[in-house]
Amino acid sequence: MTPHAASASPASPLDVVAVRDQFPALHQLVHGKPLAYLDNAATTQKPQVVLDALRNYYERDNANVHRGVHALSERATASYESARRSVQRFLNARSEREIIFTRNATESINLVARAWGDWQLRPGDEVLITAMEHHSNIVPWQMACARTGAILKVAPIDDRGDVILEEFATLLTPRTKMLAVVHLSNALGTINPIEDMIAAARRVGATVLIDGSQAAYHMAVDVQALDPDFYVLTGHKVYGPTGIGVLYGRESLLQACPPFLGGGDMISSVTFEKSEWNELPYKFEAGTPNIADAIGLGAAIEFVRGIGFDAIGAHESMLLAYATARLSSVPGLTIIGTARRKASVVSFVMDDLHPHDIGTIVDREGVAIRTGHHCAQPVMDRFGIPATARASLAMYNTTDDIDALVVALDRVRQLLG
Amino acid sequence: MQDLNDLYQEVILDHNRRPRNYGPLPDATQSAKGHNPLCGDKLTLLLKVEGDRITGISFEGSGCAISKSSASLMTDAVKGHTIDEATALFDKFHRMVTTPIDQPVDEEAVGKLAVLAGVREFPARVKCASLAWHTLKAALTNAPIPAKTE
Repeated sequence: MTPHAASASPASPLDVVAVRDQFPALHQLVHGKPLAYLDNAATTQKPQVVLDALRNYYERDNANVHRGVHALSERATASYESARRSVQRFLNARSEREIIFTRNATESINLVARAWGDWQLRPGDEVLITAMEHHSNIVPWQMACARTGAILKVAPIDDRGDVILEEFATLLTPRTKMLAVVHLSNALGTINPIEDMIAAARRVGATVLIDGSQAAYHMAVDVQALDPDFYVLTGHKVYGPTGIGVLYGRESLLQACPPFLGGGDMISSVTFEKSEWNELPYKFEAGTPNIADAIGLGAAIEFVRGIGFDAIGAHESMLLAYATARLSSVPGLTIIGTARRKASVVSFVMDDLHPHDIGTIVDREGVAIRTGHHCAQPVMDRFGIPATARASLAMYNTTDDIDALVVALDRVRQLLG
Repeated sequence: MQDLNDLYQEVILDHNRRPRNYGPLPDATQSAKGHNPLCGDKLTLLLKVEGDRITGISFEGSGCAISKSSASLMTDAVKGHTIDEATALFDKFHRMVTTPIDQPVDEEAVGKLAVLAGVREFPARVKCASLAWHTLKAALTNAPIPAKTE
């Protein structure tokens, strides 16, 4: 364990030293150097309260939910449903019936593409996505289109990494049955104007799914104000455990939509002739759910709510400005993704140096960044590059972390010339 | 930092900056594409096989320093050799990069390719070093390129 020389910035209302104290994994040496964890868009570290919630569940409350009459099952059920209410408040959903637990955002999108897509899409219908989608919001729709005869349309992006809204408006027509858009791009940091995009989709009668995987740890999301039909997120990117995701769905739509997976828990009665579906949200949660990690996610969300997105947002804005300025001064470095509204994600390339080499060398300096195509190969193709290096900043990052990256990039230059 | 210097040896950096046998091969008889989806490395390998001998070889594509230098070193190593010799060298190279770090590698068996032994300290990078070799294997088993009629 090594104390990290965290410098609290006067510009930030967040007590970053106190925040960092909550994250055990941040306080370690990597290759003999203090860890600078800048790969938050891939997954965030977990605060102690999440680790405690997982441990507490397995040590005290471990039982199956929704079926036992014994004390442990009642406690497990209460904790699991309490986590659902935490998610409901986090997204400001009207009802906990609108919160479905899944494995991750990918499964949430697949659930919609299967259950809603197979039910609603007809030959010639169109599904509209953008050129900055993660593979998880491309492939399920390609598969749905292959099954139903619908057509996948892609709204292009410009050199900054913004959706070209004129082209988007042209592509959004009465044939568009589904608009599936990322809220915040993992590869570029772009925050899409989803308020306007959702309103435009409403005018043509399209159903809307928003991929909030990245947005969830950077900004407050209010599904009643935004009014999408579906909003998905994944637990491990919002300081929660892996293996737990969320699908928010408008209640009336979830009621009408056929189920996804069949099995236990999602039925109210079963005979060999016919089964009746359970009420929401259980209709979409077949089998024993991921109880422990749902409870862990509930703890993570309460932790984030306790700090608040006002403080988190201000701190991350400061970090983004600092990182953008510092990295821009590195010789030969070009930032990929300079959208008008941007979160604290900085993708970059350096002359002819390959991101993979950059990633390996900075790792030896204790700096963890992501290198590669970020599961967004079409974005790389759009910018004519095979890959980028990416520093993604979270609430516990400091200007020291960014300085460590800049020093490590000097080392890359020394070594590879 | 010794391990980084083991990985990015001067020979490797030189082959990365000035890759050998890089470019088109107009009279190629076989080819294969290699792709490492993890890091986006893409490689096209072109071979001219006459009888049982690789008489010409070149590669094109984009990749990290390790994958590019490995491809460059490989083309030098197999050019003029028989298919059996190239296959045997593939096996020796594969053995080298998968030898546990605490065990010595047989440098004599692989010759110049021994400079890539440092990749063993970086498990995520073994795939980069191996990409060209797997592409070679694919090219040797692929059906010959149909002869052009024009």
